[in-house]
Amino acid sequence: MELDPFLLSRIQFAANISFHILFPSITIGLCWFLLFFRLQYTRTGDKSWEYAYFSWVKIFALTFALGVVSGITMSFQFGTNWPGFMERVGNIAGPLLGYEVLTAFFMEASFLGIMLFGKDKVSNRVHLISTFLVAIGTTFSAFWIISLNSWMQTPVGYEIRDGVFFATDWWAIIFNPSFPYRMTHMLIASLLTSAFMIAGISAWRVLKDSDGPSTWLLLRVSLIAAAILTPVQIVVGDLHGLNTLEHQPAKIAAMEAIWETEKGAPFTLIGLPNEETRTTDYALKIPKAASLVLTHDADGELPGLDQFEGEHPPVGMVFWSFRVMVGMGCLMLLISWIGCWQLWRKRRLNKTYLMALAPMGFSGWVAVLAGWWVTEIGRQPWVVYGVLRARDVVADHPPEVLIGSLTGYLALYGFLLIAYIGSLNYLSSKPPRSAVLLHEYHLSSTTAESDVK
Amino acid sequence: MEQFLPIAFMLIMGLALLIYTLLDGYDLGVGALLPLANDQEKDLMIASIGPFWDANETWIVLGVGVLLIAFPAAHGVILSALYIPITIMLFGLILRGVAFDFRVKAGDIHKTRWNRLFFIGSVVASASQGWMLGSYITGLQPSLTNTLFSVLIALTLPALYVILGASWLMMKTEGALFDKAIKWAQAAIIPMGIGLLLVSIATPLVSQSIADKWFVLPNAIGLLPIPLSCMIIYAGLLWILRRPDLLARGYAWTVFAGLVLICLMASLGLAYSLFPYIVIDRLTIWESAAATESLQLIFYGVAITLPAIIGYTIFVYKIFHGKARELSYE
Ligand code: HDD
Ligand code: HEM
Ligand code: HEM
Repeated sequence: MELDPFLLSRIQFAANISFHILFPSITIGLCWFLLFFRLQYTRTGDKSWEYAYFSWVKIFALTFALGVVSGITMSFQFGTNWPGFMERVGNIAGPLLGYEVLTAFFMEASFLGIMLFGKDKVSNRVHLISTFLVAIGTTFSAFWIISLNSWMQTPVGYEIRDGVFFATDWWAIIFNPSFPYRMTHMLIASLLTSAFMIAGISAWRVLKDSDGPSTWLLLRVSLIAAAILTPVQIVVGDLHGLNTLEHQPAKIAAMEAIWETEKGAPFTLIGLPNEETRTTDYALKIPKAASLVLTHDADGELPGLDQFEGEHPPVGMVFWSFRVMVGMGCLMLLISWIGCWQLWRKRRLNKTYLMALAPMGFSGWVAVLAGWWVTEIGRQPWVVYGVLRARDVVADHPPEVLIGSLTGYLALYGFLLIAYIGSLNYLSSKPPRSAVLLHEYHLSSTTAESDVK
Repeated sequence: MEQFLPIAFMLIMGLALLIYTLLDGYDLGVGALLPLANDQEKDLMIASIGPFWDANETWIVLGVGVLLIAFPAAHGVILSALYIPITIMLFGLILRGVAFDFRVKAGDIHKTRWNRLFFIGSVVASASQGWMLGSYITGLQPSLTNTLFSVLIALTLPALYVILGASWLMMKTEGALFDKAIKWAQAAIIPMGIGLLLVSIATPLVSQSIADKWFVLPNAIGLLPIPLSCMIIYAGLLWILRRPDLLARGYAWTVFAGLVLICLMASLGLAYSLFPYIVIDRLTIWESAAATESLQLIFYGVAITLPAIIGYTIFVYKIFHGKARELSYE
């Protein structure tokens, strides 16, 4: 079988960016949690906050390192696999990426050193400021890269001369029409991803009997954050969808598998989109619901895929990814509310609940990946929506070379993911310092010398 | 502006890559030396670079970033021609970067394995950077001599990094490790010198246009300070590496400084050889430059942020100044 270099480059890009986003989606949010723990400790002097910080700063450092190395891969990808991309849109993409390096990467990478290793070398204030700068740095990273990505989805403020893009209005480019929605949705997504990771791992600790007082503190903070943020995320997601309907109707048609333009379109809960017959098999539908959600009118008209024949994205992937993301959103809502309710009524969480919460530690990853797949696959066949096709910017490497690099990346990523999850498990099986130290404190205050293990 | 901005960005890019070579050079070098130390020393060596490596590595992101921002046309040509060495380098950098953390967080039973991966990653990344430099100087044209040339540089650059690493260790450690670092530097300085010499001889041989630029009369005299100063500094390095007493009395930084000067001279020479091309004999910096408005926008950004970056980089180095101790998050 002759493998298409274009397809291989796409798969490789998709694999690399999907791997990369796993780590920033934790660090962007987690850093703000860490700052919160540090502030609480400074304010109250309660040791539990400090232990909470220590146990998670380790995971933060590990995650950050994975984010950095996979990010460096990303910055070479444009040139190695999509050389046409920068030749055509370099005038616009270049400065946005450049500002990311200048305002974000250096700041986070430099102050990370102080945040991780400088606690006893600098004053508490400088340490707090460093932690804050790392948090701001990660958020700036997201700002610039999401701005670029949003511009590629909803391009404005440019003109094309001889096939090359030139900027005409930087303000419009940076704050392009889909940017506010995508940025908000992404920031909340990473706060949720890290909240559920904290909650999931803390639940795991309780189940394995390696918990301490700070474990319960972490459970409380993360579940409350999740319970507040999940509904906000759902509302923002809905608004994001409305924005997409306005700018990228073909994507919405694929997300909802609406084959024919219709008024009062039903919402397909599940089904198997079939591109050959252009119907959805085994569909389970709610009448008029899609129109109601997307136009806020039960009889509103939604454009169908028939308007974009030959120009629309693969339907099945987009349709299913969207359902996975929304499904995760609903699950997060359910779990976080039940958790808060139990904590409020009983100040404890029961075992069944903890067993459900532990695997939710990775729910953020699933939702984030699914969300990005909707966004990115849903924009095919375009790289810059409506103006530049991915096929026109790809490098023509021989397929053997691409197969080689792709296999290498997949093997490496598989290995690193296993190592990462293995380390999370290892770090969370050690008794937390809050338990150990409180135990010692107890021993010394009763002056008992027996059973020191 | 149209004339000036591409030159300014060429300088910025060169500066970023030079800083990268020096800073990530020393931590890659420390990685390459890792297997020669015992377990306790390994921890100390890694502790000495722990707070810095991430920011060091960011300089290559800036270098490639400037290439992409300022010379988008050349960016595609260069990076897609270097596809294989770049991919290999990325594998090396990935392994090196994550091994830092995994070796202390994956549990003691795995520590040896991550140490080994740390070493492999450092060596692979250094060698492939040398390979890339070699292919770049020879105009990205595959041929037998050009390949040999690239191999030569692929072997020389790690030697340079090893000395940078050893001199870093001399500044950051004491006792047995300090003595070892001197031995390592003494061992690596000869291959590095031979390598640099061969590279200087080979460069004009593989590239006619570079030869034309160096061996015409008034220029040749004007350029003489570059090789001469390199030789003098090199002799100085040979001398001081034989004086452990001086090194121990706080003069270890001179080794590092000498290497900085050699690298600076080498990059001036390289810049002279290439200018005004960005892909030699094919694309000039003006042909491949981005639109002036885009360059202007980012130029302001650079003018404001670069001094700030340099400022807080110095701040961080000041905080972690002095001999390294075991790392801890507390
Ligand atoms: C924790 C993660 C998470 C959760 C729970 C949700 N999303 Fe989401 N979603 C993302 C994380 C995300 C994301 C990864 O951040 C995406 C990809 C690109 C983007 O801007 O956000 C995204 C994209 C995305 C898009 C695609 C927009 C486009 O590219 O045109 C829509 C329409 C929604 N989301 C809507 C929703 C709805 C209605 C949700 C209700 C449950 C929801 N999302 C939950
Ligand atoms: C971080 C989350 C992201 C994920 C998970 C993601 C995922 C993907 C996937 C799955 C594809 C392949 C689509 C296909 O070919 O069917 C793709 C394509 C692409 N994405 Fe993203 N993406 C992300 C963010 C970004 C950002 C921030 C940018 C730009 C700055 C970007 C630029 C591109 C480009 C240029 C392609 C073209 C390749 C192609 O069309 O196949 N992506 N992405
Ligand atoms: C094509 C797109 C992308 C490129 C080229 C890219 C590039 C990079 C690079 C080079 C780094 C390492 C910086 C360093 O040395 O410190 C990095 C890290 C990072 N990236 Fe990306 N990135 C992309 C997509 C994204 C997306 C979609 C997000 C989030 C929304 C993101 C957020 C971050 C963050 C927060 C970091 C800091 C490291 C960490 O938190 O793990 N990036 N990225």
